[in-house]
Amino acid sequence: MHREFLMGNEAIALGAMAAGVRLVAGYPGTPSTEVLETVAKRNPGNIYVEWSVNEKAAMELAAGAAYSGARAMVTMKQVGLNVASDPLMSLEYVGVKGGLVVMVADDPGPISSQTEQDTRTFAQFAKVPVFDPSSVAEAYEMIQEAFDFSEKYHTPVFFRCTTRVDHGYEAIQVKDAEEYKNVPMEGFVKDSSRWVIFPRLSLKNHGLIEKRNQELTAVLSEYPRNAIQRENGSYGDNAARKGIASHGISYMYALDSLDEENHVRLLKVATPFPFPEELALQFLEGLDEVLCIEELDPVIERALLQICGKHHLNVRIRGKLTGDMAAAGENTMLSVGRAISSFLGLSEESLPKPADIPLPVRPPVLCAGCPHRASFYAVKQAMKGKKTIYCGDIGCYTLGNAMPLDMCDTCLCMGAGINIAQGVGHLDKETKCFAFVGDSTFFAAGLTGVVNAFYNQADMTLVVLDNSTTAMTGHQPHPGTGRTVMGQVVEKVSIEKVLRAIGLTVVETVNPLDFKQARDTIQRVAEEPGVKAVIFRSPCIAVTKPAGHSAVAAEKCVGCKKCIRELGCPALILKDGKAFIDASLCTGCTLCEQICPVGAISGGDKTVASSDCPRTSASLRVGGDRNA
Amino acid sequence: MHKNIILCGVGGQGTILASKLMAAAAMSKGFEVKTAETIGMAQRGGSVFSHVRIGEGLKSPMIAPGKADIIIAFEPAEAVRHLPFLKEGGTVVASLAPIFPVSTMIGDSSYPLEEVLQQLKKSVKNLTLIDSEAAAKELGSMKVLNVLLLGAAVRTGELGLELEDIGAALHEKVPARFHELNEKALRYTEGKKLS
Ligand code: SF4
Ligand code: SF4
Repeated sequence: MHREFLMGNEAIALGAMAAGVRLVAGYPGTPSTEVLETVAKRNPGNIYVEWSVNEKAAMELAAGAAYSGARAMVTMKQVGLNVASDPLMSLEYVGVKGGLVVMVADDPGPISSQTEQDTRTFAQFAKVPVFDPSSVAEAYEMIQEAFDFSEKYHTPVFFRCTTRVDHGYEAIQVKDAEEYKNVPMEGFVKDSSRWVIFPRLSLKNHGLIEKRNQELTAVLSEYPRNAIQRENGSYGDNAARKGIASHGISYMYALDSLDEENHVRLLKVATPFPFPEELALQFLEGLDEVLCIEELDPVIERALLQICGKHHLNVRIRGKLTGDMAAAGENTMLSVGRAISSFLGLSEESLPKPADIPLPVRPPVLCAGCPHRASFYAVKQAMKGKKTIYCGDIGCYTLGNAMPLDMCDTCLCMGAGINIAQGVGHLDKETKCFAFVGDSTFFAAGLTGVVNAFYNQADMTLVVLDNSTTAMTGHQPHPGTGRTVMGQVVEKVSIEKVLRAIGLTVVETVNPLDFKQARDTIQRVAEEPGVKAVIFRSPCIAVTKPAGHSAVAAEKCVGCKKCIRELGCPALILKDGKAFIDASLCTGCTLCEQICPVGAISGGDKTVASSDCPRTSASLRVGGDRNA
Repeated sequence: MHKNIILCGVGGQGTILASKLMAAAAMSKGFEVKTAETIGMAQRGGSVFSHVRIGEGLKSPMIAPGKADIIIAFEPAEAVRHLPFLKEGGTVVASLAPIFPVSTMIGDSSYPLEEVLQQLKKSVKNLTLIDSEAAAKELGSMKVLNVLLLGAAVRTGELGLELEDIGAALHEKVPARFHELNEKALRYTEGKKLS
């Protein structure tokens, strides 16, 4: 054992390695990404690791490994779980041989997601047991227990965390590589009565699953991480009439908000499904009311209500359903502290008030020099005066919706933009329909959409924003980059060839930093009938060396503000009525140079900025935006 | 010892590295450390923060409002934004150089710099302001603002850490070719009278 200062996701990765995991697959998504990256980085050599094209592919890969008796893990964020749900729902019916952990990171807030969905609720729907750690240290231990549990009960299990555990840091004790478990693998053994899901098998297994999950409520009541807290002061006092039930990071907020004088009983729920019913009964015994403090859905609250109903207990259960806790959003030290104070009838400390001066709003924006800015600007200028719809997608380029670009009219989920554009186009012939998709998203979820649009005679322009990486989540490789997460150089999948193979005849590749050519290409291609594509290719500024920087010649600048107003590049600011370029941010992309009406800006070099991506993702991890 | 420290700034300014240096320094002295920070999309030009907690028996990695011993702000408006976290009589070390967001540049939000500075002076008793533009000129780089601010924070005595502790962590976490520059930044405020 040794001590390390680890991010929650790193701890989860090391925990899985200590448990003898042999295959890890996933698709990047905040806040889950670092789990797989850490396994790749600290791989003792016997673990197969890959970024799959999407979560469904990753899940099926892991199923194959687990069928063979190996321990496997898949990683994703909550919305990725939707993509993986098809194989997962069936896999629960079929079961596994080796332990299979589905690591899903939920994002209350949401801080960087489309939804606030709760994997604990998904677990009930999928009938899959779920583990929910409350700290980095607990996550490290608990994931090892999750593997044992999965193997023992032949079921995939969820390991579900939220942002503050995934991205929290703690100094914890971890095993040395020599202490890692070695789980022998039997290999796949043919047995079609077990591995082939026919309706008859499903019916039989459904019954067995329901029975097993019922039994697990008793088993999990004995699981020490589900606990009635007794260690501090009067927390465990049998005479307490009020109780607090919580989970995950909220449990830690609750502990921090309480002191020894508070007369209250605490229930920590580490396995929200199957719910530890016997333990909950002990907890409820003699209480008048319980406050449920949880993030996302009222999972614990509903479970306690159900238990009270089933056992005719006269305990008032409060939480999200009663309006005592917020229905949406992330819990904070403040919100939890306030809820506890009002529940226990304590007086609230007065808090310092926020300043009443208007502070600048800082929404995230495209980076200075981002090639997506140039792409959006080119399309915007090319389509000036025309009726258009710009269907966006999931990635950095969703930020194209920010002012002043305002180039993202819809955004639903990975890959959806393509068929949304198709849908609009079928009914509204007047509108020029565009779909923007990133290179990683194209492979993850765009391909089938293009096939659908092409075959069904859509009229739309597909714009692939190819920056040679998965930028949003920290520069993971994908099939277009020619590199794997383990650093192997492999054959690239060509987006152009794929599009042509589908049948598209108009497929053009342009450097978006060449404004005129980019604009003219769009103008020309948009007039072609059917589905056509423009690939804007220029590497993300984080994977390429900046080409010096541009500067404004103050004596030439007439202060028209066109560069600032139209581009919204964070490197461009107004100083004494003239444009000024912050040299520490500017990458010399030259976009502003090309649009300044009086030629006041110079010094950049778009050809250098757009040269092929020289750095590997491994070196990026050191110097990339993780350290920002 | 029990210290709650908040670092705040704008994505890309190096708050995360600064919190890592602090954590490493505290760990080397045998303290428990927990931290939480902004990661991901919000980093791109957005407001970012790191909560750093040092001490025994820590539960949550997040600091409650009114409980921070010190705020280290990489940008003045971000200092004001995080003031509700500061305890009564707490300390603030802040950079004076504003970063104007795109929203301000295109007229969608305002940045009243004078009022921001007034607010800081009015509501913080132990305030250290750093003219980081002058410092950057002297040091020849804006990239070491994080280490410079850490050095200034150490000087206030509110971190419970010594310059040597941070210096040792620097040697471990930063490539050798940057050591000299970072050392200079760390000691930049030494012997200087600060406002
Ligand atoms: S050249 Fe102009 S548009 Fe490009 S990064 Fe520099 S300031 Fe921004
Ligand atoms: S577009 Fe040219 S003239 Fe107008 S403000 Fe920008 S640099 Fe000055």
